[in-house]
Amino acid sequence: MFVKYVKITTMHLVSETVTYIFLFTALYIEVFFLITYFEFREKERKIPAVGALDKWPSVSVIVPVWNEGTTVLKTIFSLLELNYPKEKLSIFIVDDGSTDKTWNVIQRFSRNKQIKLLKKENGGKYTALNHALEFVDTELVGCLDADSFVHPEALKRIVVQFEDSEIMAVTPSIKVFEPKGLLGFIQKAEYMMGIFFRKIFYYLNAIYVTPGPFSIFRKSVFDKLGNYKHAYNTEDIEIALRMRKNNMKIGNVHNAFIYTIPPANFLSLYRQRLRWVYGFLKNAIDYKDMFFRPQYGNLGMIVLPAAGFSILSTMFFGAKIILSWINLLLLKIEEISTIGLSFHGFNLDFFYINTDIIVFISLIAIFGTFFIIMTSRELAEEKNRFGFDSILFLIFYTLLTPIWMSKAIYNVVLSKDTKWR
Amino acid sequence: MEWKKYAYTFLITAAIFITAILASNYFSQKKITEIKDIESQISIDISASETQFSLLSELPCREISSSLLSKELATLGDKLSYMEENRGSDDSEVLSLKKYYSLLQIKDFLLLQKIKDQCGSNSTNSGLFIMYFYSNKGDCGDCQKEGFVLTKLRQDYPDLRVYSFDYNLDLSALETLISIYNIDKRLPVILINEKAYYGFKSVDDIKNILPALKVIDVENAKAAATAEKTKQSTTTKGQQ
Repeated sequence: MFVKYVKITTMHLVSETVTYIFLFTALYIEVFFLITYFEFREKERKIPAVGALDKWPSVSVIVPVWNEGTTVLKTIFSLLELNYPKEKLSIFIVDDGSTDKTWNVIQRFSRNKQIKLLKKENGGKYTALNHALEFVDTELVGCLDADSFVHPEALKRIVVQFEDSEIMAVTPSIKVFEPKGLLGFIQKAEYMMGIFFRKIFYYLNAIYVTPGPFSIFRKSVFDKLGNYKHAYNTEDIEIALRMRKNNMKIGNVHNAFIYTIPPANFLSLYRQRLRWVYGFLKNAIDYKDMFFRPQYGNLGMIVLPAAGFSILSTMFFGAKIILSWINLLLLKIEEISTIGLSFHGFNLDFFYINTDIIVFISLIAIFGTFFIIMTSRELAEEKNRFGFDSILFLIFYTLLTPIWMSKAIYNVVLSKDTKWR
Repeated sequence: MEWKKYAYTFLITAAIFITAILASNYFSQKKITEIKDIESQISIDISASETQFSLLSELPCREISSSLLSKELATLGDKLSYMEENRGSDDSEVLSLKKYYSLLQIKDFLLLQKIKDQCGSNSTNSGLFIMYFYSNKGDCGDCQKEGFVLTKLRQDYPDLRVYSFDYNLDLSALETLISIYNIDKRLPVILINEKAYYGFKSVDDIKNILPALKVIDVENAKAAATAEKTKQSTTTKGQQ
């Protein structure tokens, strides 16, 4: 009680106001997405699902590989096991100048009629995709990273959505393959939430990423808009933004499952996320004229600004939490250095329960997050509505993300490019 | 464009925000009321004790127990400082509660003095007290550390009464108290046995200034040793 209290300064007032503006915006976005979910869930129930088509369109899948001899076999086998007419499915494996035995490993498919092997000098993923695109003559074309595998029914489920002539590309749902360790489980929960958000963005006609693993396009997209671009190593964001800018619709099939092997250690996760966030920010700058423009609908008015805002707010709240922990730690150190270790015991008096506005808002936001986690797991066809991974995600995710986000912002400000790996 | 949906979302978000603000205000007000209740309870306690004291001026000192003094002052102080931390020391409601709290501390101190005059410093209540002057305007670097020391002392010696005053509080009774003891604004200041000690004082420093605390330490150690012996003999007897 005799402790000196921090005086309310102008700084403090500014920080309070900014906190409330951020909280309000975050809550607005969460409410908007939840309203959208309920609005469309009802509509979707009334639409009969299309099962099989009389005539399946021809599809090409490009698998770019670079020193991925260990995982590429599993990727190719999963493609060969797809429940899809064999004569309608071609697979292009592009060795982007591997320096290991990858080229030898894939030779075992050299006699397979479905598979075409291509080799080129190393130039990056987008060059490998573009190289294969030159040989593609099918109606649909997609890509599958060599660290991912497809569910046998995934392609059929995706192709059915192309019955809608307005749909120019379809995104799948990506799940983590056999998660291991803390980071594996956190990513498992994160990818499942991604399934929910991609679905919401689809409802809003606002998908702005066609993920590397198994997004399928009409070949005409590339004929009209040109091939993939370097796009700061995030060609999957750029092509989607280019499509949206040209008013092309992107679909989503939440039960077309793709399994991906996530980065196993912190450093590779950090590099991957740095590339993603940096790529998003740089592409967002390139396509800045889409932000807050009514002609781009929900994408321009809500989803793109929300994606930018989520980076800002993660940084802001992350910094706030870390600063308050440092403050607490310094106070504790001062206390221990003054009077030694002393245990105060827990005060269970209701009086000391924090009843600030921020507590109530956070409770509502957390309640919303729980709902999203549970719905995500339902969409991902998980057995339980809540899991160990969800708990790890809730505890650690907000602490991890500011690490690569701050570096990405730093790189954008100083125009430092990121590497693929 | 879905302007209608954007507007509805805004309304729902605003409604949630307003509900949160109302809920927070409701609980905050409840806490203020709780502090007010404690203050009025202490005020009644002090008045009752004073009256009792005046009525029975010939009361034998051994019957004047420490129960005459309110036990709730410390709890009140804790709650008040928590409120101050949450609502800010400039909050008018917190400020008025703090003034009243300071006044109650002075009244409690006067009552303690009366008991001491009547019965001497060796009476049952020991008459142990420390007066502490602090500032939370950022001009007292050591006040936080001194706060830790006094909180610890209060925990270790429940009979020790610590009266804490915000030096900058605009309260005439407090100003009088400061002028009586000639206390300069060189904070933190600790007043023990009518003598002011300036600057940070550690637990050991205070024990040196107030040897009665050391006496209590010795007594406690003896009591603990006796208890241990009794326990041991009971166990031995039990085993036999």
